[in-house]
Amino acid sequence: MKAKKGQVRVITGNAVAAYGAMVCRPEVVAIYPITPQSEIAEQLATFHAGGILDAEMVEVEGENSSMNVVCAASIAGARTFTASSSYGLVFMYDALQEASGFRAPVVMVNANRETPGIHAVSSGQQDMISARDTGWVQIIVENDQEILDQIIMAFRLAEDYDIQLPVMVNYDGFYLSYLAEAVEIPVIEDVDNFLEPLKHQPERQKLVPGVSMGCGTHGMEMGYVEARYKHCQALERVKNKVDEIDKEFGEYFGRSYGGQIEEYQTKDAEIVVLASGSAAGTVRTVVDAKRAEGVKVGMVKLRLFRPFPAERLIDALKGKKAVGVIDRSLCFGWKYGPICMELKTLAVNIGSIPILSYIDGLANLDVNVPHIERVIDEVNAAAQGKPYQEVTWIPMEE
Amino acid sequence: MVIKHKNIFKTESAWSNADDLLLCLDTGSWRTERPVLDKEKCNYCGLCALFCPPQCMKDMGDHFLPDLAYCKGCGICAQECPRDAIAMVSEGEFADEG
Repeated sequence: MKAKKGQVRVITGNAVAAYGAMVCRPEVVAIYPITPQSEIAEQLATFHAGGILDAEMVEVEGENSSMNVVCAASIAGARTFTASSSYGLVFMYDALQEASGFRAPVVMVNANRETPGIHAVSSGQQDMISARDTGWVQIIVENDQEILDQIIMAFRLAEDYDIQLPVMVNYDGFYLSYLAEAVEIPVIEDVDNFLEPLKHQPERQKLVPGVSMGCGTHGMEMGYVEARYKHCQALERVKNKVDEIDKEFGEYFGRSYGGQIEEYQTKDAEIVVLASGSAAGTVRTVVDAKRAEGVKVGMVKLRLFRPFPAERLIDALKGKKAVGVIDRSLCFGWKYGPICMELKTLAVNIGSIPILSYIDGLANLDVNVPHIERVIDEVNAAAQGKPYQEVTWIPMEE
Repeated sequence: MVIKHKNIFKTESAWSNADDLLLCLDTGSWRTERPVLDKEKCNYCGLCALFCPPQCMKDMGDHFLPDLAYCKGCGICAQECPRDAIAMVSEGEFADEG
């Protein structure tokens, strides 16, 4: 069975995120506006005012409340959605951990933006990276269509009985927030069909009026250990589930993204660039150009950041001669970028090859074609045994 | 990994019945003062039970009494009672009870 052809519209990434949430019929939505995400809140409010979205829209006084509202509504059984960015994500830090600790299947969008300390109202993945140990599933997408498709897949993943975890869909703020692209919006009944399997699963525990059940409390000693163990086991299950849902989405809607990671020209590649988010599109273009010059290069696009797709990355990178990792954020206390640092933990499985860390694209600086050409040239030289620089902050050398 | 632990929770998250499992710690030993009810003043409104942090106010049918195994003596019930029917009395007064 295939989905019907949806309506194609040219809209911004933020509007796409609102459409993505709307077609999944959330029952409770609580969003506090923040640049570069505010348009999501506006658009969903417009849908609600126009009668297109039948949801409880809760007006909150800040992001901490927005996450607490959707978390509570979620454990009461509602399908919930929220969105935030940067300072907003930081302000809901405790509530993020409550949502995952309560195993509340909240779906949220985070439009990536730099974090407090240096007031840079600009793109960067630092906010998402700073929330990596909150126990959430974190997925990074590349373009507007992928925003929409991934939100639908996120609901299917979060609410799966075997998972029951909150999912954060991340996209580059400013770049994708305000970029209008042609996007196919699925017919809402087809989204219903795609989410239908959730209705045939066992019902998760919910708060019910009159029944004095408590959630997340009294985790003393072994209660705590058991709950955390189950949480970590569920995160492990997320990996294969992401691949399965992506495959099923592809069969039904005709679009798929590779699941945990996308491999581009990696089969016969000798060297690989590991990238994520909107920069992956540019990397793909440069890979094509370098291939035309005879360089056997490929790209791996990291889609799933938490849980970290260790097995898929080992499969993709084993036998390669060198890897370059482009990080759009920093790992305070480590000289490598965060994604590079995590990849390095797999070195024993991948083989002792050069892994070059590149810091680029901070604070709205473009990860542009010359930068990626440089990365590929240097990784290629390292693969041939030439000396290389372990960590390079590309903008600092320009 | 060999798991020897027997699960406490039937659910993925730490869900349990608030009537019994929530009161799992002997917090009564922390108390320096205890709530003492004047039944004549109590009109069974239930505010003390609603506000009680460990939820240990027991419904006695026409009034509420703290379960002293769990009451920490925080005094919120006495503070919230609109009829001043609850007084906080030093534990020293009950030393003879052991």
